[in-house]
Amino acid sequence: MSGNLTAWEKVEIARSPNRPTALEYVDYIFDEFMELHGDRTSTDDKSMVCGLARIGEQNYTIVAEQKGRNTKENIERNFGMPNPESYKKGIRFMKQAEKFGRPIITFIDTKGAYPGITAEERGQGEAIARSMFEMSKLKTPIIVIVIGEGSSGGALAIGVGDKILMLENSVYSVLSPEGFASILWKDGSRKEEAAEKMKLTAEDLYGFKVIDEIIKEPIRWSRKNCFRKCWRKFKTKNYRNY
Amino acid sequence: MIIDKIKKRSTIGEEPASSSHADIPVGKWVKCNKCGEIIYKDKLHENNSVCPLCNYHFRLSARRRVWQITDEDSFKPFEELQNIKTVNPLNMPEYIDKLTSLQEKTGMTEAVYCGIGKIKGEEAVICVMNANFFMGSMGSVVGERITYSIEKAIELKLPLIIFSASGGARMQEGIISLMQMAKTSSAVAKANEAGILYISILTDPTYGGVTASFATLGDVILAEPGAMIGFAGTRVIEQTINQKLPNGFQTAEFLLEHGFIDKIVERKDMKDTLYKLIKFNK
Repeated sequence: MSGNLTAWEKVEIARSPNRPTALEYVDYIFDEFMELHGDRTSTDDKSMVCGLARIGEQNYTIVAEQKGRNTKENIERNFGMPNPESYKKGIRFMKQAEKFGRPIITFIDTKGAYPGITAEERGQGEAIARSMFEMSKLKTPIIVIVIGEGSSGGALAIGVGDKILMLENSVYSVLSPEGFASILWKDGSRKEEAAEKMKLTAEDLYGFKVIDEIIKEPIRWSRKNCFRKCWRKFKTKNYRNY
Repeated sequence: MIIDKIKKRSTIGEEPASSSHADIPVGKWVKCNKCGEIIYKDKLHENNSVCPLCNYHFRLSARRRVWQITDEDSFKPFEELQNIKTVNPLNMPEYIDKLTSLQEKTGMTEAVYCGIGKIKGEEAVICVMNANFFMGSMGSVVGERITYSIEKAIELKLPLIIFSASGGARMQEGIISLMQMAKTSSAVAKANEAGILYISILTDPTYGGVTASFATLGDVILAEPGAMIGFAGTRVIEQTINQKLPNGFQTAEFLLEHGFIDKIVERKDMKDTLYKLIKFNK
C-alpha cells in the first residue's frame, strides 16, 4: 500500500477481517508451535492464545490476542476482546517463560479489553494493571508486536516490553476513534476526523518514540504477500539478531 | 470355572495367568467400558490400550505406561525405594494383609513406580502411579517415593514427569497420608525454585489428595482424553448438594474448559508431546 493513506483508512485496514490474525503470524514465523491453555483459576479464555514456539534452537513463549476471521470464530474468540482471565492466563505463561529463560513475544490485536458486567465483576481494571506490573518485573526479554488494532488498556496490558514494533498499517491508540469522537465531541460519527487527530498510525507513534520500529508491509497488500514479507522480516531481523 | 474365565476377561494390563487347556483361549478378549465393543486383547495392546472404535483410554498398569513412553530398556527404577515400608500407623492388621496380597498379585511393591528413563533420548525422572494398586492411593510410601523422585530431579537437574492415577489419600494410614500432600507440595515448590521442568499428566482417575497436591502443581499439566479428574468424588458432591451433576462433569475436557489443564493429549501422541515439551524448555 502506498504511504498516502489517511489515518482512517489505516484504521479500516487494521480492522479488516482479511488481515492475518495472530495465530497465522505465529504459524508462519516459527518452526514449531504448541498451544497451551488455561489460567489455572477458572477458565480458558480463547481471546488470548498462549504457547511455546521455536525457531531453530531458540525457544519462545507466545502471548497473543486472537481475533476470529468469521462470525463463528469471533464468537468463540469473544471478538478478540480479552476478559480478566485472559490476562491472568498471559501472566501465568510469561512467568513460566522467565523461569525457563525463554524470550516472550506478544502480538497485540484487539478492539480493547472486554467491556461487560461480568468482566467488571471480576476486576478487568485490576487484571490489566497486574499484567503490566508483572511484565515490567520479568527478567526475560519481551518483544511486543502490534499487528492490527491496538486499542486502549486491553492492548497495553500485554504491551510492556523491551522492543515495541508495529506493522506499517496497524494502529495503536488510547481508545477507538469512535469512542474518542463520542467522548470529546459527543458525536461518534466524526470518527474519521478523530482518527486524524488522535495520531494513532505507526508513523505517528514512531515520531512520539512510543515504538522502536515499523515493520513495512507489501505495497500491494494481500494476505499472501503480507505473510511472506512479515515472515522474512521477523525471521531475519527481529528475532535472529535479538 | 466359568466365573473365573469371565473374571479373567475383564482384567487388562498384566498378562493373564496361563490356562491348563491350551486350546481354550482365556482372557484374550476385553470389553470396552464405554462402547461395549469386544476387543481382542493383543489388538488393544497394539493400539496403546485405547479402544479402536470409541477412543476410550483403558487404565494402564504402571509398567505398561513406562514401556509406552520411554525408549527401549532405558528405564531404571530407583532400587533404593523398593524396600521402604509403611509403619502401619493406625495398627490395622487387615491393611498389611491387603498390602501383601496386592504386592503378590500385581508384582509391584507400592502404588507408584519411580525411576529415570529416556524419552526419545531425553533423560527425565519419571513417576507413574498405578490405579490397580490400592486405587493408586497415597500413603507414606507413595509420598516418600514421589518426594524422593522430585529431590532426585533437582539433584540431577533433570525434567520431572509424574503420571497421576489415584483415588486420593490412603485412608488406612490416617493423618500420615494427609501429611503426604504437604510433603509432596513442598518438594514441588523446591523443584520450582531450582528451575526444574515439571510435567504432570492426569490420567483416569485422579482425585482427592493427589489432585490437591503435586498433580496440579505442574509447570505444564496434560491429561488423557476422558480422564476423570476432581477433588471430591461425584457421589460425595451429589449427596452433599442434593443435585444431579451435569454431563461431562470432572472430565479432562471439563477441566480444560475451566483453565486447569494445558492440553489434552491422546495416548499415541504422549511420548512425542513429552519430548517436545522437554525440548521447548531446554
